[in-house]
Amino acid sequence: MAPENPDPLVRLEGVRFAYGENEILKGVDLTVRRGQVIAIMGGSGCGKTTLLRLIGGQIMVDAGRVELAGRNLAEISRAELYDMRRRMGMLFQFGALFTDMSVFDNVAFPLREHTDLSPELVRDLVLMKLNAVGLRGAERLMPAELSGGMARRVALARAVALDPMLIMYDEPFAGLDPISLGVIGQLIRRLNDALGATSIMVTHDVHESLEIVDYIYFVSEGRIVAQGTPDQIRESQDPFVHQFVCAEADGPVPFHYPAGSLDEHFFGKELRT
Amino acid sequence: MTELLRNIGSMAINGVWRLGLAARFFALLLRYSGQAFLRFHLTIREIYYGGFLSLLIIAVSGLFVGMVLGLQGYETLQRFGSGDALGVLVALSLVRELGPVVAGLLFASRAGSAITAEIGLMKATEQLKAMDMMAVNPIARVVAPRFWAGVLSMPLLAAIFSAMGVLGGWLIGVVMIGVDEGAFWSQMQSAVDFRYDIMNGVIKSVVFGVAVSLIAVFEGYDCSPTAEGVSRAITRTVVGSALAILALDFVLTSFMFRGQS
Amino acid sequence: MSRTTLDLWVGVFVVIGIAALFFLALRVGNFAGVDLSETYTVKARFDNIGGLKVRAPVKSAGVVVGRVDSIVFDTHTYRAEVEFTIATRYEFPRDTIASILTSGLLGEQYIGLDAGVDFDMLGDGDLVQMTQSAVVLEKLIGQFMFDRAGAAND
Repeated sequence: MAPENPDPLVRLEGVRFAYGENEILKGVDLTVRRGQVIAIMGGSGCGKTTLLRLIGGQIMVDAGRVELAGRNLAEISRAELYDMRRRMGMLFQFGALFTDMSVFDNVAFPLREHTDLSPELVRDLVLMKLNAVGLRGAERLMPAELSGGMARRVALARAVALDPMLIMYDEPFAGLDPISLGVIGQLIRRLNDALGATSIMVTHDVHESLEIVDYIYFVSEGRIVAQGTPDQIRESQDPFVHQFVCAEADGPVPFHYPAGSLDEHFFGKELRT
Repeated sequence: MTELLRNIGSMAINGVWRLGLAARFFALLLRYSGQAFLRFHLTIREIYYGGFLSLLIIAVSGLFVGMVLGLQGYETLQRFGSGDALGVLVALSLVRELGPVVAGLLFASRAGSAITAEIGLMKATEQLKAMDMMAVNPIARVVAPRFWAGVLSMPLLAAIFSAMGVLGGWLIGVVMIGVDEGAFWSQMQSAVDFRYDIMNGVIKSVVFGVAVSLIAVFEGYDCSPTAEGVSRAITRTVVGSALAILALDFVLTSFMFRGQS
Repeated sequence: MSRTTLDLWVGVFVVIGIAALFFLALRVGNFAGVDLSETYTVKARFDNIGGLKVRAPVKSAGVVVGRVDSIVFDTHTYRAEVEFTIATRYEFPRDTIASILTSGLLGEQYIGLDAGVDFDMLGDGDLVQMTQSAVVLEKLIGQFMFDRAGAAND
């Protein structure tokens, strides 16, 4: 695809990561250009969320490098990392709203923590952000009173409160009804373009993502196995992509978790004696 | 047999490991406490939840403990013909031991468990991670205010407990049984030393406040982020706090009060 | 809950807590007693201190003026050496007598100071020359029996 802006905001090179013995990522290369919305897709437990946590600096790579706006995350101090995070927004899987604060206070939280704006200005900004996600009328509600889709939208308003340069979404579509799902999808695209931000989305919802993203990476077993624009993906003959897009049960992604042979597992005792 | 030894070994290693983890956590907590003090209204909020809301249970328990001390103490003292010394008995047992210890135990089960549950749930629902991703340090924003609120509330709660206890003893001893009012107070005053008895009691309650608050925030922050993990962490807070209070009480008492009869 | 309400209730809590501390200090304890922030230390040697304990009061004319600091056995004189502090505002002549007394028949033991008439005052580290030991009940009874026996033989 032809990038509008060739300067990459995020670049991963040969990234390896393991939780103890369990190797999650086995050499991932990935580039996100400014202004793009990209999706990282793959089955559950393939290391997608780990990729997001690496980009956010929550965990550090074992090998390779993660570059954010030209800075290697492994080489910067905690203070610098926190500076970077002020320009990042992250939407967690279930929103992660602060349950002891109202919707208004949740969205105001990053503004109050990081700026010295007057209460009136904070109020105006919060209402603007809430308006953008269509929940201006819900400012007084507590998170417990919101539906899943509404909570996700409030969390989105909170994530963009400081007008970030990079927005990350961890499974933004998980557990939503089709209408909320469409709303969130459109919001992701609209907010990205309106803020001039860059978005990375981790998801396994193919059809919704194909509608809104610029570029897609497929991850399987710790590696990038396919990539391309939505059009390329739709027409791809790659067996993995085909299995994913058409939601087939078996294929390159096996149905079975790796196990010994059936005989040995079921009749192990008899066979050994 | 080797199985048993291996279990004991792994328990010991685990215990030491967690102790080290808690110590490192405490160091981090102190490091970020400055930020928490700059925004003291966060701590005030937690004093309301941890301290003020514990007020009623502490006051009522103190009153009852004092009344029981009044009844039992008079019963025993009477045999030696020294019912007048009831005030001394009630005041000394409360100020030196029961005040800090029982208030600490109540505080651990009332406020400590709530702190653990709150922090644990914030962890389980990724609120702490979200905060960290918003470049807000959760130790400075969430943990430190709760810790310091506990440390500041404990001595006040212990003092309230002791004061209510003395009133309870007075109620039973003087008002109901009829010990001489003058003897009750004057004997108490001549036997209870401000620096020696009361200040040592206050020091004890501060130490218990540090221990209970640290255990509560650490268990919450360290729990595994599931429903089961949070409930286990709460149990560990209550049990660990109780053990810590009683063990520390023994150590402190043996240092503070060994000089005197 | 708004921040001002919160502040109010926490203020109430702190006031109650401090009131409780004051109640303990003034009504339960003897805060109004002797001020031992500025003191001087005096020594005295006794043949027998009886049941005197560290931190026991030092009284003069029934008023507490200080506390016992340490009690050691002096191997040169084979006597008990007692160190006690006295509040600086109470001064005693050099020829003051220190005796070990008992409050009530079975009460705690304390040091009583009977002021002398000297113009020089006791200073920090001085030794009280004249002392009177504790009355040991067994010795007293023993002496009484001995005297009675002697009287009977006469």
